[in-house]
Amino acid sequence: MLLLAAGAPAAPPPSVYAIRGARVVTLSGPVLEAGTVLIRDGLIQEVGANVAVPPEAWVIEGRGLTVYPGLIDALSSLGIPEAAATAPTTGRGAVRAAPAQPAPAQAPAAETRPAQGPEDRPSTTTWVRAADLISPADRRLETARSAGFTTAVTFPQRGILAGQGAVIALAGERPGQMVIRSPAGLYATLTTAGFASFPGSLMGVMAYIRQVYLDAEHYRLAKEFYARNPAGNRRPAYDRALEGVLEAPRVLLPASRAVEIDRMLRFAAELKLNAVLYGAHEAHRAAAALKKAGVPVLVSLKWPERERDSDPEQIESLRVLEFRELAPSTPAALAREGVRFAFYTEGISSPREFVRAVRRALEAGLTPEAALRAFTLSPAEIYGLADRLGSIEKGKIANLVVTDGELFQEKTRVKYVFIDGVKYEPLPEAPPEEAGRPEPSREVAR
Amino acid sequence: MMRFGLALAAAAALAAPPIVIRNANVLTVTKGRFQGSILVRDGKIVEAGPKVLVPDDARVIDASGQYVMPGIIDPHSHIASESTNEGSISVSSMVSMEDVLDPEDIAIYRALAGGVTTVAVLHGSANAVGGQSTVIKLRWGRDARGLLFEGAPPILKFAMGENPKRRGSTPSQIPGVSGTPRYPASRMGVEDVMRQAFLEAAAYRDAWRRYEARRQRGEAALPPRRDLKLEPLVEVLEGRRLAHVHCYRADEILAVLRLAQEFHFKIAALIHVLEGYKVAREIAQAGAGATTFTDWWAYKVEAYDAIPYNAALMLRKGVLVSLNSDSAELMRHLNQEAAKAVKYGGLSEDEALALITINAAKQLGVDGRVGSIEPGKDADLVIFDKHPLSNYAKVLRVMIDGEFYFDRDRDMSRRAELEARKKALLERAREREKKQAPSRRRPS
Repeated sequence: MLLLAAGAPAAPPPSVYAIRGARVVTLSGPVLEAGTVLIRDGLIQEVGANVAVPPEAWVIEGRGLTVYPGLIDALSSLGIPEAAATAPTTGRGAVRAAPAQPAPAQAPAAETRPAQGPEDRPSTTTWVRAADLISPADRRLETARSAGFTTAVTFPQRGILAGQGAVIALAGERPGQMVIRSPAGLYATLTTAGFASFPGSLMGVMAYIRQVYLDAEHYRLAKEFYARNPAGNRRPAYDRALEGVLEAPRVLLPASRAVEIDRMLRFAAELKLNAVLYGAHEAHRAAAALKKAGVPVLVSLKWPERERDSDPEQIESLRVLEFRELAPSTPAALAREGVRFAFYTEGISSPREFVRAVRRALEAGLTPEAALRAFTLSPAEIYGLADRLGSIEKGKIANLVVTDGELFQEKTRVKYVFIDGVKYEPLPEAPPEEAGRPEPSREVAR
Repeated sequence: MMRFGLALAAAAALAAPPIVIRNANVLTVTKGRFQGSILVRDGKIVEAGPKVLVPDDARVIDASGQYVMPGIIDPHSHIASESTNEGSISVSSMVSMEDVLDPEDIAIYRALAGGVTTVAVLHGSANAVGGQSTVIKLRWGRDARGLLFEGAPPILKFAMGENPKRRGSTPSQIPGVSGTPRYPASRMGVEDVMRQAFLEAAAYRDAWRRYEARRQRGEAALPPRRDLKLEPLVEVLEGRRLAHVHCYRADEILAVLRLAQEFHFKIAALIHVLEGYKVAREIAQAGAGATTFTDWWAYKVEAYDAIPYNAALMLRKGVLVSLNSDSAELMRHLNQEAAKAVKYGGLSEDEALALITINAAKQLGVDGRVGSIEPGKDADLVIFDKHPLSNYAKVLRVMIDGEFYFDRDRDMSRRAELEARKKALLERAREREKKQAPSRRRPS
């Protein structure tokens, strides 16, 4: 923990490691029961049963250890220190969640008059890039590494079209070194402003997004037209919001209930978006439709629960009860149907809670292999980075997690993570919520 | 996608055997009443009359002593949607109810249980030019697209009077954004907003026409920016989208009729129109429809001059009149609302039933498909145990497109099972909470 907080260590870390004789779950090939992974200068140099260990390598004896590809958190605000707790993505609350409150680090100066329509580009900051906001000093990086994460896709999250995400390594000396891919996608929410400002309703947000995509297409046409015919034509005005829309390689749309998934699938098809849906707690009812649409899904591991301080006497509807009961069966249903999906951990604040959340999916029928894939190769594929991340293969980025047992077991401990070939050891697991002191890892909502 | 069982059942229905409803008192609405049978095949009414030949493979439903009427049509509701108003601005015609349909809204099922089969899902009345509205059939169990009344003309909602002239006194919910009052703040302002919107739409239409002309001449031209706010208004101007106008007072009814005349379009339905009886002749002359309540009034100043004879008086002056619910509760007993028009105004049985069937269908532009029991029309039928204009009548079954979507016996028999399932889920949730609770408080 202090390693990063204190800045660069005095001596440069070793650049060659060999994890020798460990169980290696490569994902790209068969599991090696006693394999060696050779890491050099941030990359995986060799992996196999018979890899010669060079003399300059720092050797980690792998007996009793398992090496996995580093876990990827497929949607987060990790590394963006100013990021506050974000809107819930589950249930009906999702739509009416948090008003778009501009944050100093992420959005321009506060608007002073209500938006009168799409032309005012309300709650839109598509020019904000996560890659420009990240800092290795975000303390949440350390918690994430302690749970086995080496990589995250991180987004500015405030607003309707909030900004461009980046795939980042969860450690680095300078922010620029952490960035693996930018832009990684445009993060969209269905945040509404009530009667105070446009858009004030779910249908208003959808109409707004629809108009923005029409405008972006017209903007592209207008720029092309002007490039061909500059003489005698007025130049189109520069629009940073539309530049961001055109630049984004994909759009992340919220959809948790089956009705919302159906709605967003149709919306994405209509606007010809390269869409990824997030939330997805009721995707177990929509697996076939998702498969047919070929739209990947990011499943929130923050399973829906009754609010802790809700009225214990209140009897909830069958639909709400079923929604909660069946949400953890979503990953298994998606795996069965062959839908590409990945997990994200937003709202989960400790490694212990994380493992517990994954176990609920395992208990609901997800195989450990499919779970692992949803944390590694699948997110790498969804973000187009499977050629450098997501499995233990020669030449890929040396992002690995080393454990003393099977991942996603409560007793298993993460021994090390490697990020760009640099070794990190996890925090000692804090005793759960000591009285009078907040958990050190808990996200602070601003 | 959802509820595979039912969806598959509906798909299978295409090849399903014909259905004959036999020995019923059939209230056709347009062709009088008879005792006899209705033959339904492939979702359509094939034959209806005292003597219908029953095909060998038909499923026969005996309705002795029971009453069959066309599915009830509610031309103004706000069910089955996750938004009602885009109230932030005075012209919100870019928003569409179709985007936010909620096929799992329990109000759908409850409306079915009241014999309703088709409803218009309308934008609210918060602003002068509201949102795009849509007609659905209550195909409970289908997804949002499965609800859409295919081929029904689209609607644009307008509103006069108190609601749209509210200046938006709600304080801003966004820090840093001032709660600037919204224009308009008066009835004349509402009319002005509408007029400006139509003028803007006409200019937009002309810009596209100029572009098309240039393109046809082979000139290099950039198309105008598509404007989702103005497109529906252009459709109203061109008669491709129905105008439904929320209004109460006689003076604003006349104002909006003049506005429609100015821009050469017809108003398919004046909504609420509680003072319609004062200007019924003018409404009839303008060819506008009117959809009203029977005895729901005095809930605001605009609604003080309402009388229960409104529907009958307008009807007698030649206005196309229907009744609507504007409420998920009232929607469940529209048959009783129609009955009130018999008491207040002395309408005949057919006239009263027409208020909630064929007249509403005409105002929604779907009377070629629904609203009466006639061969060739959609098999949207309701079976009541007693005459539907009786307070004691209960809905036994509801058919849409030849498929039963509500069955009272089935509903009753499923209740125990659903209760048990709910109890089991509650039990499991409680156990889960118990299991998680101790670890939170484990001493360190």
